[in-house]
Amino acid sequence: MGLFTEEHDMFRTLVRDFVEGEIEPHAEEWEASGMFPARELFPKLGALGLLGLQYEAEYGGGEADPIYQAIFAEEMGRMSCLGVAMAIGVQTDMATPSLARFGSPELKEQFLRPAIAGTSIAAIGVTEPDAGSDVAGMRTKAVRDGDDLLVTGTKLYITNGLQADWVCLLARTSDEGGSRGVSQVIVPTDSEGFSVSRKLNKLGMRSSDTAELVFDNVRIPAANIIGTEGRGFHQQMMQFQDERMVASYQMVGAMDHALQRTADYLKERKAFGKPLMANQHLAYELADLASEVDLLRHYNYNAAEAAKRGEDITRFATVAKLRSARLARKVADICLQFHGGVGYMEETWTARFFRDTRLWSIGGGADEVMLRTLARMDGFWAD
Amino acid sequence: MPSTVVAGSFCYRRVTVGKLSYMNVVVCVKQIPDPADPGALDPTTKTLKRDGKLILDESDSYGVEMALQLVGDSGEVTLVSMAPNGEVSGLRTALAMGAAKAVLVSDDALKGSDSLTTAKVLAKAIGRAGDYDLVLAATESSDGYTGTVPEQIAEVLGLPSVTFAKSITVDGSSIKVDRQTEAGYDEVTCPLPAVVSVTAGVVEPRYPSFKGIMAAKSKPVDQVGIADLGLDAGAVGWAGAGQEIVEVVAAEAREAGEVIEDDGEAYNRIVTFLSDLKVI
Repeated sequence: MGLFTEEHDMFRTLVRDFVEGEIEPHAEEWEASGMFPARELFPKLGALGLLGLQYEAEYGGGEADPIYQAIFAEEMGRMSCLGVAMAIGVQTDMATPSLARFGSPELKEQFLRPAIAGTSIAAIGVTEPDAGSDVAGMRTKAVRDGDDLLVTGTKLYITNGLQADWVCLLARTSDEGGSRGVSQVIVPTDSEGFSVSRKLNKLGMRSSDTAELVFDNVRIPAANIIGTEGRGFHQQMMQFQDERMVASYQMVGAMDHALQRTADYLKERKAFGKPLMANQHLAYELADLASEVDLLRHYNYNAAEAAKRGEDITRFATVAKLRSARLARKVADICLQFHGGVGYMEETWTARFFRDTRLWSIGGGADEVMLRTLARMDGFWAD
Repeated sequence: MPSTVVAGSFCYRRVTVGKLSYMNVVVCVKQIPDPADPGALDPTTKTLKRDGKLILDESDSYGVEMALQLVGDSGEVTLVSMAPNGEVSGLRTALAMGAAKAVLVSDDALKGSDSLTTAKVLAKAIGRAGDYDLVLAATESSDGYTGTVPEQIAEVLGLPSVTFAKSITVDGSSIKVDRQTEAGYDEVTCPLPAVVSVTAGVVEPRYPSFKGIMAAKSKPVDQVGIADLGLDAGAVGWAGAGQEIVEVVAAEAREAGEVIEDDGEAYNRIVTFLSDLKVI
């Protein structure tokens, strides 16, 4: 038997149909408005069980194997507004894995269940104005005050920032330096002292709202700490693996679709009396890229199977994130190039694809951070 | 003005005042080659090749949705299908949408069956589905397009037939059907049980949920051959077909449209064009 069961195939059809039926008709409008209506879209996804595939059934999850997660993200990557795919990914695989993995039953009941149902919107707050990929350098604090925590700080580049009901926040809960003394806490956005200081204007991913968030003495229960106090950095590192794999899964779907669309165009568009695809150079370039996408696709599937076996997938996630982001930049560039002038026009999908894919070499851990992690992992390092 | 047609009388069971307390609906579904892939005809038999994976005919998804809406929480939807090679992929899709069980007729002897034979086979299969109040089908399949099977099933079963339903309402032991016509629609009242063909686009077929997909694999599919239905091999398939496909020819290519260069007066040409078509 191959990797995919009949149920996997049916599931892929479901997600593809959902994207075509519920997202694509609105893509242009959401891109233009700089935001998509998460409160309309997420409950639809939740009702179909798509927002908590891997989570416990007790909280509404599907307890699905990681292959479903890979299929879901691949199909999300095929949409023409990748900002929405990213925002959904934040809900499913960036802001909630730690809560599901380490959260108390009470915390999961209060925040995970509605996130899986799509009735509440989640965001992940890690990056700060002075601390991006260097997470250990962050300054946001959550200081004890009796049974509460007082949260103070600023978080930047927060996806779903304008619409989120709660933020999975990384904050310092003690004065220990570096990565120690950091905890993951859940901050509801209706808390006093929370504010969205500005909506950010991005190069791409425009259908997704991105914000700067300010926490000014926000009082939350100390029970909102996810897992063990002081272990937040470690927990976030684990959560990053989910995020990075999802990015890579999405990019495979996105690149596969982009190459197909480009091939369709090259067969249709004629120059010098023949379809453009009759030019061997163009055909071979596409074949070359398709081979690279194929390698990545199967690397991803190996990662999903390793996750299914319960293995640590840090190396898989690091390599997949790095390679997928770099390959997506190359694919986006060539797809635009092969479309010629029309490819440079905003009305053609290639322009948006070029802008959207550029993010993945930066967000979720920049390429350079992936390389740093790999270099350390493989012993290519000296202090 | 909508007209009212009352079809022949029929008594049935388990009826409460106002609506059926519990309703069983059978939906005839066809599993067809994926229309997204280029189809091919067998040059010898001149029939569509069906040896690959088959999917649920999209036109049947409307009947499945209609049935699920009609039964709600108080009834059961049973699928009936005839397909080669024990194919169940399309049935699984409808089961994932919420149908409870399926009867699949699959038998090599059925190859070459014409629409009347198909109707006879499906009518027998419907008999295996248990008690039923209503049989739904699409108005026509997306691969064969004969558009005759639902009415033939009704005739074989001796039930009233209503075609081109755009809505169905259960009222006691009868149904009220809005029947699509070229001029508008007829309001038809029909006793149960009945066979109704459902037009596409009148309900929005639901997406099968993840849980529905996972549940579908454990739902019962009663796979039977013609012997199980009490049918003789000589009466079905090529042997029993009253129809013969004499020739298959390619459809004429569409003529190219007329391109009108706008010199400032092009709207007159468009108005004339639409007027000639009696659109305006």
